[in-house]
Amino acid sequence: MPQVTRGVFTIYFSFLIALMLSVMPLPDNLQWWRPEWVLLILLYWIVAFPDRIGIGTAWVVGLLLDVLEGNLLGMNAFSLTVVAYVAQLSYQRIQMFAWPQQVLTVFFLVALNQLIGHWIKGVLGVSVQTLMFLLPAIVSALLWPWVFVILRGIKRRYHVH
Amino acid sequence: MRLLVFSILSLLLMFADYRFREVDVLRSMLSTLVAPIQIIVDTPSQVLRWAERRSADYESLYEENAELKSQALILQLKLQKMVAITTENIRLRELLDGAKRAEAEVVVAEVIGVDVDPFTHEIVINRGASKGVVPGQPLLDASGVMGQVISVNRYTSRVLLISDARHALPVEVNRNGIRAIAVGNGISNELELLHLPDTADIKQGDILITSGLAGRFPHGYPVAVVNEVRHDPGQTFAEVKATPLAALTRSRQVLLVTPEPAPLTADDAETGNKEKIN
Repeated sequence: MPQVTRGVFTIYFSFLIALMLSVMPLPDNLQWWRPEWVLLILLYWIVAFPDRIGIGTAWVVGLLLDVLEGNLLGMNAFSLTVVAYVAQLSYQRIQMFAWPQQVLTVFFLVALNQLIGHWIKGVLGVSVQTLMFLLPAIVSALLWPWVFVILRGIKRRYHVH
Repeated sequence: MRLLVFSILSLLLMFADYRFREVDVLRSMLSTLVAPIQIIVDTPSQVLRWAERRSADYESLYEENAELKSQALILQLKLQKMVAITTENIRLRELLDGAKRAEAEVVVAEVIGVDVDPFTHEIVINRGASKGVVPGQPLLDASGVMGQVISVNRYTSRVLLISDARHALPVEVNRNGIRAIAVGNGISNELELLHLPDTADIKQGDILITSGLAGRFPHGYPVAVVNEVRHDPGQTFAEVKATPLAALTRSRQVLLVTPEPAPLTADDAETGNKEKIN
């Protein structure tokens, strides 16, 4: 039993770090390049524990992210829910993929997340006509191998099951 | 199935947040929950500034002190003139039977967070409902208008900057009183003036001040300086761009202005007419 508890806390802690990274102050011109930390870490845990981490987790974390970023409540919750669903459908494939394929998959998943966010903002009339909103997808995809290796290390080190 | 439930839940939440004020209670509850994260994230820069203060040597402090003293002297000199001008203004207004302008009260606040979304220009300040901050309150820095408070939590509030694409501000040209509306366009150092006729007397270098017409911003605070006027024969209106005077992306110390009790009444409108006739 204590092992399970420890595992849960490790996962919570990783999300906490991701939330902190996503509101960390950055220089103005780097803002566009900020990776979607929360989504990256969510994807890892979904692929690692598809039966435990899924849509529910995505929704809660997304809501917290909305509050932190001062978005419309539910925007990130919605997009993360949808992406988590797609990831849950394809986790077996992602597990089998080689690095380049994984990176590409992550790119499409993050791009989907960005696109949903952009649509919602467009409906509210705050968006700007530019494709820059896809930059985080590229950065996140390139970061995926590192995130994966680090989180796998953490998972093994702290015996998260 | 779970996808459906959670999607509908978030769509309902978005709709409710967009439409109804009541959701603000939920938001401020959740904000209090995540406040520690914001504080932790702000800590490195706090520590850095603390270290900077600590390591400042005697020599530079001495220099800064001297500079501040001379600045204070100059400001006091200007203030002396201001006192004379203010009393004269009050006397003239009394002569014209006009309404007295209330002196605005200010509270100093500090910027503790900047919105991470590049599409929106919002900041978080360290004063909230516990210090009497209310939504709609104007925010200034040392050199001009920065924005207005849009949501208030217990200890912090969120401010919409004038450069945000959702923000519009009634202004007038300081030189001749031409009125216009300055809207943000999502670029942090640019405002656009809407609906100015091609023939309007406005040129590069004109200072724009708040006109106080919407009743939200008090009259007479500097907003921006005009940096480009373009006349396009194909367009109905002149294209005017202005640069905000406030350091929107850099200011740390900001001022909250207490709103005046009665912003605009029929009385004011009347005196306005009288002044024109006289």
